[in-house]
Amino acid sequence: MLNESRAVLTGTHFMSGDLACAEGALAAGCRFFGGYPITPATEISERMSRRLVEVGGVFVQMEDEIGSIAAVIGASYAGKKAMTATSGPGFSLMQENIGLAVMTETPLVIVNIMRGGPSTGQPTMPGQQDVMQARWGSHGDYEIIALTPSSVQEMFDLTIECFNLAETYRVPVILLADEIIGHMWERVRIPPAEQITVVSRKKPKVPAAEYQPFKPDKDLVPPMACFGEGYRFHATGLTHDEKGAPRTVSVDVQTKLVKRLSDKIRKNAKKIVKVQRVMLEDADVAVVAYGIPSRAALSAVRTARKEGVKAGLLRLVTIWPFPQDLVSDVAKQVKAIIVPEMNYGQLVREVERAAKTTPVILLSKLGEEPHRPSEIIEAMRRAVK
Amino acid sequence: MSESNLVMQHSLAKYLRQERMPHIWCEGCGNGILLNCFLQAIDELKVDLDKIVVVSGIGCIGRIAGYINVDSFHTTHGRAIAFATGVKLANPELTVVVISGDGDLFAIGGNHFIHAARRNVDIKVICANNFNYGMTGGQYGPTTPLDAWTTTTPYGNIEHPFNLAHLAAAAGAVYVARWTSLHVRRLKASITKALQKEGFSFIEMISPCPEIFDRYNKMGTAVDVMKWFKLVSQVRHGYDPAKAEITKTQILVGEFVDIEKPSYGRLLRDMTSRVQEKLKGENT
Repeated sequence: MLNESRAVLTGTHFMSGDLACAEGALAAGCRFFGGYPITPATEISERMSRRLVEVGGVFVQMEDEIGSIAAVIGASYAGKKAMTATSGPGFSLMQENIGLAVMTETPLVIVNIMRGGPSTGQPTMPGQQDVMQARWGSHGDYEIIALTPSSVQEMFDLTIECFNLAETYRVPVILLADEIIGHMWERVRIPPAEQITVVSRKKPKVPAAEYQPFKPDKDLVPPMACFGEGYRFHATGLTHDEKGAPRTVSVDVQTKLVKRLSDKIRKNAKKIVKVQRVMLEDADVAVVAYGIPSRAALSAVRTARKEGVKAGLLRLVTIWPFPQDLVSDVAKQVKAIIVPEMNYGQLVREVERAAKTTPVILLSKLGEEPHRPSEIIEAMRRAVK
Repeated sequence: MSESNLVMQHSLAKYLRQERMPHIWCEGCGNGILLNCFLQAIDELKVDLDKIVVVSGIGCIGRIAGYINVDSFHTTHGRAIAFATGVKLANPELTVVVISGDGDLFAIGGNHFIHAARRNVDIKVICANNFNYGMTGGQYGPTTPLDAWTTTTPYGNIEHPFNLAHLAAAAGAVYVARWTSLHVRRLKASITKALQKEGFSFIEMISPCPEIFDRYNKMGTAVDVMKWFKLVSQVRHGYDPAKAEITKTQILVGEFVDIEKPSYGRLLRDMTSRVQEKLKGENT
């Protein structure tokens, strides 16, 4: 098929993070994109508007970000792998329907190329200010998965990973990148299609009459029928039982549902979480970083080692669910943990909680330049003194 | 005979999720009439029940999606049309119907309504217009008449209402009809027509709200309101919807718009074929 052969651009390319993200989505099987223009994520929309038509998919530019995510939820229920991409202000508008996606167990991917806030803030400048919004932005109790790429290659690789996680656990998954990663151009290697792992939602194995759309298997994830497949099921944002019927005053149903929606991520956290460890074995001081600051951190660790400072890096690829145990283990062996973030201190709070009595030092940057390795090295020197 | 047995024996019961009965609607509400007309329409057309999706928003009528035994989705407040757009574009084989209320579709969801109509997305939107937010206890909304009493207009409403038929027509809908819940046969005929027509169709059903809006505004019982519908409604097919404002003394009903225009889905498919043909040429 012509259209499928164009979905995976096998080869080595020079492209921006935003473009690599779009290519990753296509390689993962994304065939629906609903979006709204916003700096610095617009290039993802532009790329998808051209490429999706080539592979027989659907691109639609909606009237706002609320409409974008609503359309993406609809497309996912109609059987397509679906995605939207935005930045802080649009991400804020999406929050209510992110909750709907959680509640109706809708596999989908939301890309947030973070810029400076609050409000309109600094549209063309980098930031990591939506870390807590990604975790807690919608109302109610829920768990979420968020991945943070730190290279253009990872924009490709982790977009695929986001789709695979979304389809595995029937959840919305957030790719949380910063403006630098989105706009930076680097080499990207796109493997042959057959070497790319692509996961699709599990389908019901029971006859339509017996199908209960929210009855989970042992892994806590219910098989997903889609519209038009003959199962004639109902889904609602209201608290519902396993049949999908609204149960708005039952404490038991509410408790069981909310716990399962969270537990399917909590109990699978070890399988979900990915980190990169660099020279941590004998480290006296560790940097815990994600996204663009992790690149300066890596450089800082290498330079510090040459100076005789036993430094190491724990790079978080997954920030939600937070790798609590892994950070705790690092905290037990080091004198201090340094957390460079492009915000006024967000993920550092989770690190502090995991580090318990080990000192945690925040290196905060607000806008414009990312951290310089020298600033991180200076913090390391002070910490081990 | 028990209530559930009565439901079981109804000729349209096979289209309902009977275990969800009784419904939540008040006696005399028009929502049940709308449900009945919709089921009659799909019965008459012998619609493939595996290929129709009913989407609703939030409010009293929002529960309708859960009652009809087809694929259905009860979205967040105001977002039914945006959700339905995604469904229809992702799987064009499906017939996608949005059934919701005046507040859901035209206040919080107004932006999605006008843009879906402008794009001419091939979905059918049916609005139960009861002039207020009934589920939350009767606040004023975008269709509440001037001077009406609601719980948030204790001195009378000072906002001008939308003329929904005019709005739909101006935004680009290819089919626009208005009926009251008294006009059951005509309403069913309009739903039947919309289900067969390609493009963005809009049907407004004026509904009594006997326990809330009608009671607050001393309009009498549901039967009195139906009598009022009978007294003041006049059928005017093809009438300019801009001039079809609803007043105390006149409710113009009928098919106001019935035009042909390529739907978004058709244009998308045509564009996709063109692009793929071109790519095929480049490849050889």
